[in-house]
Amino acid sequence: MNNELLTGDLVRLTAEDPQIIAETFSRWGRDSEYTRLLDNDPARLSSITKTKEWIKKVAEKEQILETFFLVRSLEGNPLIGFVGLFGIQWNYGDAWVGIGIGDRQYWGKGYGTDTMRVILRYAFTEMNLQRITLGVFEYNPRAIRSYEKAGFKVEGILRQYLHREGRYWDEIMMGILREEWMENEK
Amino acid sequence: MSDMMEIQTPLFEGQLICLASIDHDNDPEIESQWTHDSEFMRMLYTEPMRPLSPTQVKKKYEAIEKDLKESQNLFHFTIRARLDDRLLGFASLYWIEWTNGAGMLKLGIGNRTDRGHGFGSEALRMMLRYAFTEINLHRLGVTIPEYNPVAQHIFAKAGFVEEVRRRQAINRDGQRWDLIHVGILREEWLARLA
Repeated sequence: MNNELLTGDLVRLTAEDPQIIAETFSRWGRDSEYTRLLDNDPARLSSITKTKEWIKKVAEKEQILETFFLVRSLEGNPLIGFVGLFGIQWNYGDAWVGIGIGDRQYWGKGYGTDTMRVILRYAFTEMNLQRITLGVFEYNPRAIRSYEKAGFKVEGILRQYLHREGRYWDEIMMGILREEWMENEK
Repeated sequence: MSDMMEIQTPLFEGQLICLASIDHDNDPEIESQWTHDSEFMRMLYTEPMRPLSPTQVKKKYEAIEKDLKESQNLFHFTIRARLDDRLLGFASLYWIEWTNGAGMLKLGIGNRTDRGHGFGSEALRMMLRYAFTEINLHRLGVTIPEYNPVAQHIFAKAGFVEEVRRRQAINRDGQRWDLIHVGILREEWLARLA
């Protein structure tokens, strides 16, 4: 038994109140590089109030918050990012993972990879899922390397999926199977 | 095909079928019957199959209409026989991302006896034309379960190529199957018309 399920080597996953999530997300959202690496919606600014409304309306309704965590560095306990499992299809044990390290001081230092390792362990040993899916953009090689280190394999490419900075970019789809994760853990 | 790019070309009228709106009075009864066909449901949806009563289908239509109005990223059509306006199936463009010009397509012919007559293929051709020349998408994607080779064939014939295989993403009848993503780019579609 692992009783430190939510703790990795560098980070731990936490639950936080809507006010703290809203303040943090609103602040991170001002970094357009972060939001463009994070998802395919147009980069937008969102006030603390609006973010809180989003948490109430969308996140609670779609039960996103049940498998959604904030990420804190073990050193000094600052909030550095979030991670969550979305679109869970219980009949097949399939889910999407979303991850973001919002504080750019923590980019490229293994915090994202460590966070991914913790959420995969949670997904496969606590939620007993069968596979995890994610999408990552062509212009984000740092994330692709991190996901490969965590055990994800490229499953294909959605060609020219994004239109940014006047050109089209591919979205790369990656996945990891329970058996592959178990094999890596040996 | 040379007349394809003319402004007079009807968007909603083909040789065999028409694209039309929902008939809230008469369609629910028919679609309710389709939802009782587990083969149809499993070929089209990855969610657990369950039948819907006519009232539940009616509710679903109301949700679609509400979504059409509010989300601005959905287009939904019924497919009807050109001859007698009989309901054959449906087609929708969903998850449209306007900034990226990306969208997804779902299309189904409900009755077993209506399949294999070219209704679906013609509806697909018309949906592609609509997606690329009317709402000006850049790419279109479709997800197809590995156990649906008929759909794989139909979409390949229309120019879609396999882009992603989400390994073992589906589990049915005790077996794991891949979920296949196929896609077509606007320029690929245009090149096929030439």
